[in-house]
Order: sequence, then structure tokens, then C-alpha cells
Amino acid sequence: MELTTTILFYVFAAILLGSALLVITSRNPVYSALYLVLAFFSAAALFLLLGAEFLAWILVLVYVGAVMVLFLFVVMMLDINLARLKEGFLHYLPLGLAVALVGVLEMVAILWTNPLGKVPAPSPLPAQVDNTRALGQLLYTHYLYPFEIAAVILLVAIIAAIALTLRRRPDTKTQNIAKQLDVRPKERVRMVDLRGPRP
Amino acid sequence: MSLALLHWSFAIPEIWILAMACVLLLVDVFWGKHHPDLSFALALFSVAGAMLLTWGEMGRTGTTFFGQLQMDPFTNVAGLFVELLTFLTLLYSRRYLQRRGLYRGEVFVLLLFALLGALILISGANVLVLYLGLELLALSQYALIAFQRQNLRATEAALKYFILGALASALLLYGISLLYGLTGSLDLARVAEGLINSGQANYLLMLAVVFLVAGIAFKLGAAPFHMWLPDTYQGAPTVVTIFLSSVPKIAVFGLFLRILVEGGYGSLEIWRQIFVALVVVSLLIGNVVAIAQSNLKRMLAYSTVGNMGFLALGIVAGGQNGLASAFFYAVVYALMATAAFGLILYLSREGFEAEEIADLRGLVRTRPWSAFLLLLIMFSLAGVPPTIGFYAKLVVFQALIEAHFLWLAVFGVLMAVVSAFYYLRVLKVALFDPPAEDLRYGADDPLAASTLSVNSLALLLLGIFPGPMMAICFHALQGVL
Repeated sequence: MELTTTILFYVFAAILLGSALLVITSRNPVYSALYLVLAFFSAAALFLLLGAEFLAWILVLVYVGAVMVLFLFVVMMLDINLARLKEGFLHYLPLGLAVALVGVLEMVAILWTNPLGKVPAPSPLPAQVDNTRALGQLLYTHYLYPFEIAAVILLVAIIAAIALTLRRRPDTKTQNIAKQLDVRPKERVRMVDLRGPRP
Repeated sequence: MSLALLHWSFAIPEIWILAMACVLLLVDVFWGKHHPDLSFALALFSVAGAMLLTWGEMGRTGTTFFGQLQMDPFTNVAGLFVELLTFLTLLYSRRYLQRRGLYRGEVFVLLLFALLGALILISGANVLVLYLGLELLALSQYALIAFQRQNLRATEAALKYFILGALASALLLYGISLLYGLTGSLDLARVAEGLINSGQANYLLMLAVVFLVAGIAFKLGAAPFHMWLPDTYQGAPTVVTIFLSSVPKIAVFGLFLRILVEGGYGSLEIWRQIFVALVVVSLLIGNVVAIAQSNLKRMLAYSTVGNMGFLALGIVAGGQNGLASAFFYAVVYALMATAAFGLILYLSREGFEAEEIADLRGLVRTRPWSAFLLLLIMFSLAGVPPTIGFYAKLVVFQALIEAHFLWLAVFGVLMAVVSAFYYLRVLKVALFDPPAEDLRYGADDPLAASTLSVNSLALLLLGIFPGPMMAICFHALQGVL
């Protein structure tokens, strides 16, 4: 049991790293997006191995199901000119490498000195505890207030997005159904007497 | 504790604002197009109702939502001021919004949500709640600034504020995560306990405090984190500038008070040093750069930076008195900024914002009453007695000298003298320069006119009788330390 878990962990971790690498190296943005989907799946599998099934399903549902589909739409609709994006690559490479190097050194320094002390491994969950239920119970009781505020923030985001982007141009030829249904015969049909003047 | 045992009543102002914002949204959908006045009146009613409810809670203390929302004198007093300032903003806004095609329900809804964010910041007792409140306030502000979509400068202002604001949130969040790592809790009371146990000489704590202070200074607009401020103040519609310069200042002071004083008082010596640096840089940059401005809105933006320096002087002084003087300064500054931007708004009309200093030439000949109000506002900003601006500076310097920061007080006074130069220059243009013939002011909104008169005269009256307001502000800080 222990061994299979370890083996599975390394397999999924390897797939995750490989696909993440392919995300940034593949030339076609659609391929990149698809590799990202694979990376999310592998990460979800890692969460499942840890017993965090809720996080795993959320990752698959939200990121793979919604965010990535949106991403693919954007990639396909925008028709980004890749040649122009890559123009400055060599120019920025030295600085980018330097920044990455400093970042790695900082991380190594922090991990080397280990300021937080040894982090204890999370205690294993009892078999009957179901972390979706536990999360739900906490979220709707103890964290009710932040949860509600987060909901309000999303509402504000919706209002702001609609208010900032929705506009009615007067010259578009859209149908106004309510107006069409409201029409009375008088407005459309004019009775004309064609018989001419009576003798 | 079960949900039935929660003391919902502590959160009544917040719940009221949220409910009314949702009602306003619905009303706006059905009747907003033909009766925009209905949305406006409903927004006024909501904020006035919130003020009454907050008033009714005066004197009560306690926590609710599992200790994540606290009600103490500061919650009540700061909440009342924030609601009052939002109310003033609304009163100023009507004609200005109508003229620019912005008189729509969404503006009022967003203002209400921004107010809700400010209230959450003021009453939060949990770091996560504080962060979410800040985001709610900021998000509403970004949208409000960008509301005039076809206006390039407003869009630029919103984008700058959005990107730098996101950066500030990231800094703050990083500080919060370090704080959580150090103390193992998000509740401010437990954070405070954890910090006392962990001791002072902790490099991680220092790092956390640096990030927290940087995030707070960003949101306050203290130099060197002020880069967004001039462009945002200038580019935003003036109504929104009124809001930006008043409500968030008090709300972010609340954030500071909750995180760094209630949570992190164990790190007082660390953040005090950082605030000393902030004070020096803010006073210098704000006041010196303001001299070079020819645009009034931009000049007032730099004066905000300088004023945040004065506010931070009170924070440096520390202790009950220092913090109370800083809070008093924040409130007074918010009132003065509201009046100053309110005057710009009142004089503007379609296609003319009255935002250049030169636009005020000879105001005393064409609009003597407005010129008198301008005189009061500028005297108050410069700190000339008997206006309230004088007392604001006085209490800050008093607290500073009591805390033995003599050199900082001397420097502050010097910078106050420098600031008097550019405030008085505006007066010189308005009072002594010949009026320009081609200038035509809007100045035809009775609602904004009376609001402006009351707001500006309050600066004088509160200056003559400063006692009650000072007492209220000092009372507000009693429960905090």
C-alpha cells in the first residue's frame, strides 16, 4: 500500500513536471493550454493521494472545466501573433536568468537556515472523516462572515464587469422582442381607399 | 457556538448596507431607466439609515461571527464618520453625474458596496476578514473610477490604480501569510498573544511587518508608495475623487489599527521605525512636488501625500494619545478633502472641469460666496487658526513632542510652512488675479451648493469649537490599546 502510493506519487509528479515544462516550451498556444489541462489533472491526482478529495475535484471542475475552456476560447479568438511576442526573447534572457538565479538562491538560503523550524507532517485523517463535509461545516459556520464577504466581492465583480462593458449602441440592428410584440395593427397597416372619388 | 447564539445585532449596519445595495440593484433594474432619481433617493436613504443604526449601537461592545467582527467605540465612531462622508459624496454627486451621463443606479450600488468594504475594514477582528474588506473597497473603487468609459484619462487612472492596488494587496497578503506562519492564527487576539510569546528579535516578524506596512502605506497613499495617487485623483470623475480622498483614508487607518496595533503591538518598535521613514519621505515629496503643480486636482493629490505624512506623525508618536491624534487627523483631513474636491465639482460643467488653478482666476468677483468657501478650505488645509485644520496639526505635534520626537516635530512644522505656500497661492489666484472673461462656471446645483457650504462652514465652526469632535475621536481609541 505504502509502496504503491509512493510509486504513484512519483509517476504523477513526473507527469506534472513534464507537462508544466511543455506548457511553456510548446510553440502552439493551443497545445500549451492542453498541456496545462494535463498538469491540472496530475495535480488533482496528487491531492487525491493526500486524501484531499475536495481540492482535487474542485481543481478538475473549476480549472479544467471552466477556466481552461475559457482560456482556449481566448487563444482561438484573439489570434495572437507569436512571432512578435517572441521578438525580444534573447534581449530579455540575461536579465530573466539573473532574476531567476537570485530567486533560487534566496529560496535555498531560506530553506537552508530553516527559520520556521521543522514543519510537522500533517496527522493522518481518521477513516470516517470526509474532508468535503468538514470544509463545508467550517465554511458555513466558523468562516461564515469571510465567506459572505467573498460572495459580495464576486457580486461587485459581476456588477462592475457588466456596467463597464455592456453598452447599447443605437445603430445596431438587434431585435427588440417586447417592442415587436407590442405592435398594434394601426401602426403597421394603413387603410387606403383606392376606389377614387365617387361620381 | 451555534449560529442561533451569534449576536447578529453587532453587524446590523453592515447587513443593512448589503441588503439595501441588493434592493437598489433590483429597483434599478425595473425602474432605474426612467426614474434615476429613485435610485439616488434610495442610496441616500440607505446611507442615512446606516448612520442611524450605527448611532443606535453606540456604547455597545462585543464580538460576533466567532470573534471575526468586533464592536468597540472605534467601530462605532469610525463607522459613523465613514457613512457621513459617503452621504456627503452622494449629496455632491447628483448634477455632476447627470451632466456626464453617469447618473445610473450602478454608481450608487458600487458606492454602497465600497462603503460596506470600509465598514468591514473598520470592524474586522480577523486578518482574513480585513483583507477581504480591503478587496471589496478597492474593487468597487476601480470600477467607479473607470465608469466613464469613453474618457481616456479616467480609464488610465483606473488601470494604474488597479495594477498598483493589486500589487499592494499582494504585499499585504504576503505579510499576512508570514504573520499566520509565525503565530498560527488569523484572529487578531491570538496573533497578538503569539507575537508576545515569540519575542521581538525575530527576522521573520520584521519581514512580515515590512510587508504589512508597505501594503498599508500603498493604500493610504504615503510616499514612497504614492505613484498611483496623482494620476488617479486627476483622472477619476471628481465625485469619485471626493470618495477616494475621504472614506478609504479612515478605513485604511482602521486596517492599520486592527492589524498593527491590536494584532501586532508586539512589533511596535519595528513598525515605528518604518513609519518614521514614511513620514519624512511623504512630507518632503508631497509638499515640495505640490508646489510645481498647475492642476488643482493634482496639487490636492500631492497635498494628500503630505497630509498622510502628518497623519503618520501621530502614528509614530504612538500610545493612546498619538493614535487618537492620528485618527482625529484622518477624520479632519477627510472632511477638508471632501470640501476641496466638492468645490471643484461644484464649479464644473459639461466639458469644463474647473480643475486648473488658473480656472479660479478672480473667483471672488464672479462667485464671491464660492471664493469665501475656498478661503476657508485652503486656510484649513494650510492649518491656519481658527479652522479645524489647525487643531488637527496641533494635536499631532503635541503627541509627538510628548513622545520625545522633537526633531520630527520641527521637521513637520517646517513642512507645514512649505505647504502653506501652495495653498495660499491658490487663494492669491482666486482673490487677487483679474477674472478671465471666457470662464463660465457650472455652479447651478442647489444640492451641491448647500452641501459645500455646510461642509466648508463646518471646517470653521469645528475649528472654533473643536472640543466635542476631539473628545469623540479620543474616546474612540480608548478601547483599542
